Amino acid sequence: MSAVSKDNTIVNEKIVENATCTFCGCCCDDITLTVDMDKKVVTKAKDACVLGKSWFLNHVIEDKPIARIAGKEVPLDDAIDEAAKILIEAKFPILYGMSDTICEAQRQCAPIMDDCLGTIDTTTSVCHGPSGMAFQGVGEPSMTLGEVKNRADFVMYWGGNPAEAHPRHFARYAVTPEGMFTPNGKDDRTVVICDVRHTKTAGVADIFLQVKPGKDFELLWMLRAACKGVEIPDNCKEICGIDKETVVDLFEKMKNCTYGVIFFGMGLTMSRGRHFNSGALMALATDLNEFTHFVAKPARGHGNVTGADNVVAWQTGYPFGVNFSRGHPRFNPGEFTTVDTLTRGEADAALIIASDPVANFPKPAIDHITSDKCKLISIDTKNTPTSEAAHVSIQTSTYGINTGGTVYRMDDVPISLRPAFDSPFPSDLEVLTKLRKKVNKLAKELNRPYATKKYI
Amino acid sequence: MSNEIRIINGIVFDPTNDIEGKISEIYIRDGKIVSEVSKSAKVIDAKGMAVMPGGVDIHCHITGPKVNLARKLMPEDHRLDPHFKTPNTQSGSGGIVPSTFATGYRYATLGYTTAMEAAVPPLTARHALEEMYDTPIIDNGFYVLLGNNLFLQSLIAEGRYEEFKEAVAWWLNATKAYTVKLVNPGGDEPWKGHKNLNVKDIDEDSKATDIAPRKVIEAFIDALHELGTPHPPHIHCNNLGHSGNFDTTLETMKTAGDRRLHIAHIQFNSYGGELGKSPKSASKEITDYVNDHENITCDVGQVMFGKAMFMTADAPLTYLLRGYKPQKWVNADTECESGCGILPFDYQGMIYTHAIQWAIGLEIFLLSKDPWRIVLSTDHPNGGSFMNYPMVIKLLMDYEFRKEAMKHLNQKAMNSTILGELKREYTLNEICIITRAGPAKCLGLKNKGHLGIGADADITIYDMLDDKEEMFNAPRYVIKAGMLLIENHEFVSDYTDKKVLRVAPDYDKDIEKVIKPFFDDFYSVSFRNYPIQDDYLHGHGVVIDSYKKKSIHEN
Repeated sequence: MSAVSKDNTIVNEKIVENATCTFCGCCCDDITLTVDMDKKVVTKAKDACVLGKSWFLNHVIEDKPIARIAGKEVPLDDAIDEAAKILIEAKFPILYGMSDTICEAQRQCAPIMDDCLGTIDTTTSVCHGPSGMAFQGVGEPSMTLGEVKNRADFVMYWGGNPAEAHPRHFARYAVTPEGMFTPNGKDDRTVVICDVRHTKTAGVADIFLQVKPGKDFELLWMLRAACKGVEIPDNCKEICGIDKETVVDLFEKMKNCTYGVIFFGMGLTMSRGRHFNSGALMALATDLNEFTHFVAKPARGHGNVTGADNVVAWQTGYPFGVNFSRGHPRFNPGEFTTVDTLTRGEADAALIIASDPVANFPKPAIDHITSDKCKLISIDTKNTPTSEAAHVSIQTSTYGINTGGTVYRMDDVPISLRPAFDSPFPSDLEVLTKLRKKVNKLAKELNRPYATKKYI
Repeated sequence: MSNEIRIINGIVFDPTNDIEGKISEIYIRDGKIVSEVSKSAKVIDAKGMAVMPGGVDIHCHITGPKVNLARKLMPEDHRLDPHFKTPNTQSGSGGIVPSTFATGYRYATLGYTTAMEAAVPPLTARHALEEMYDTPIIDNGFYVLLGNNLFLQSLIAEGRYEEFKEAVAWWLNATKAYTVKLVNPGGDEPWKGHKNLNVKDIDEDSKATDIAPRKVIEAFIDALHELGTPHPPHIHCNNLGHSGNFDTTLETMKTAGDRRLHIAHIQFNSYGGELGKSPKSASKEITDYVNDHENITCDVGQVMFGKAMFMTADAPLTYLLRGYKPQKWVNADTECESGCGILPFDYQGMIYTHAIQWAIGLEIFLLSKDPWRIVLSTDHPNGGSFMNYPMVIKLLMDYEFRKEAMKHLNQKAMNSTILGELKREYTLNEICIITRAGPAKCLGLKNKGHLGIGADADITIYDMLDDKEEMFNAPRYVIKAGMLLIENHEFVSDYTDKKVLRVAPDYDKDIEKVIKPFFDDFYSVSFRNYPIQDDYLHGHGVVIDSYKKKSIHEN
């Protein structure tokens, strides 16, 4: 489609309707993109939030080599061969990242590590990993986001700041939308925010609860006890910073709603208590089902981190932190999670996909991953400190803008992407499929004796 | 490598073609059974072995969102049952809900080559298809949950029957499903919207939509009858698991009249006794009706002792069961469409209810007269893992073994069942029917479940052993689509070219205009992004033909 631009030149323009923004876990799939096909840029992203606009409009095709080994440009196949050789020869190869790529590419990852007898881990281990562990312990009453829109008359956010992290969460799913049984939008809902500080999110709250830092668990446990008929203690304010009357009122509101939901963030999972906190919250939601219909859901961050959890779980049985060194998957967070394998200096090769540990991890982990003891391979869409430090670096196209595929929204709903324009860079799927084949070939040549005995 | 195989000297069981235990040769070329092969064909000497079509599981839960939630829920179970990597196959985790790779391989090691996933909500059907692609060897299809779809219920309530039928066809196409699954129709709305209630009677109006379950069931039976899908609606009846529910089951079957209906895991729907008290067996009432009505097919949903996992779209039931033994529990509501409950469970022989459930399942097997309409299943993993199938077969084939097993179970339950008096023993041919030929026929799969010319070359070769559990536990050879995968009990190759079976009934494209406004108002995904693209079949989709019939609502 062509159009005339402001300075009267003909622009080769394309409109992509119902495109999905993969910036955050909301995965809004109602974005209309206007694409300048000559310049290969998105010029408009209608209905996207400030984060989404920044994601789409700032994406440019960079003039960079596709593949580099030790900083030198090489053909892609050479880089893949080198990466496969490093991984198969390594004693303790690890694979990390995956949350910013499509499921089809993620599906190649566990088989690669299966052949290398390595360890696979996703960015879940540094965000909602504790929620995943809590899930294993207590389960979770949950829902898709449309149920919240249609039914929820009690909406709570705990330890998260969606106003800044998931800007459209309020309008599309949880606070203002007019649903089937909530025809008046926000007027039909009670919105409660619980956080350690008054964030931008607190602005939408009917009730704001400022809990003492590190005392979420205590408050959650008081509410759980209340479900079983135990009175809220008089020194409630001393314990968690919120006075007794407010907590009692909160509990009554929870009990008496028709459909209640709590979204929770990393304020719970990455503060003291971790999986105890998220477990207490999921258990509270479970307990409240004695009185009414109640659900809870972690508000996941990256565009497809939920997909990464799902893919690794269906292929191995566990969501993250999985090791294959004994010829079958083993799960042990703390032992096989990436920060730990790096900090202890165990990994001697690391394949990092669509994430940037060199910029984000604790210093001892960065020191190891960038040292001679660990051969670093990076597959990413942009230049990052990780890709720059990598021995083998492969640049790929961006999901949701250049390539299609599947992503999972934070509520496990799979959505297909509608790419805007082509990229000269190969997709993650293409690179990882080639790498999987190559690794599989090398593994077959090695003819390792696989375990036949049970080690339990 | 030659793509031809000749199986010689085998004792062939092919009930569809009236072959029972006859020694004859089978020829395979290009994935199909043919009338002859060249001399260079690979020869498999099956002397003293039983040659059967590959098994067909008509009802199991192996792929999709709820299965994956259950997988994530059970690390302690995976840990006890690792699935090891071999040079030809990938590693995985076992347990009651195995990982995808392990699921495919383990089905193959029982001689099964087709398995249908029994419940997938439309909104998350992509997930099921993606997992299927990672489940090696076995061909799959899935049944899409439409029984609690609010939009479809509103069309029924308003009497817009023709539009309803078109919409059902649209949904089958949009999700790439094999048939419609109805689970506790009308039960989701009281659960989600009315503080965890449930619908109690087939004629009770569900509070939100003012429509009784019977109306919903009737409408779907009519619609699929007219659309001519190869398999009728697959129904999980109301009141499942409750004492005294056999009435509801009978009423559900009567609703079908003479039109086809498949009752899923019928054992769970065959309980006498009073609501809220211990169940009694009503297997006789149920099998009498099934025996007399050729339009009804069913799978048993046999309960086996040991670990199980409740995993069902019947969310209120799961929550009710959690009340008996509070432990980790998952609920997953899907907007406008479905609910879901997941709960780990143990069946114990010393508990009255569990023992009577076990006995009722076996009674149904033994009382039913037509093996073509009763299918072996454990409703994996609800009644126990599919890995129990060989044990179920032994129970059916060996009266003495059954008697011995009964001695170790709750005696109050055993005294109240007629199981001990049922001396019938299934023959190998009957086992071949209830595990292969029958389910293939129920599903309308013309190329599966038999060994006639033109059939898919999915073949299992078992050593003929006295212990039938041992026999069915480890086939000596498994051939899938003409490719030898298991030779002398070991995997010699992997197979990822498996198929996804689906239907694609015709529909009027204008129905989208009727459906779209509902989507725009009440769904959280765009209407355009809802139907599943062909890409998700990875070129492996197989459409099983529908035969459109004249509308019964036309004059």
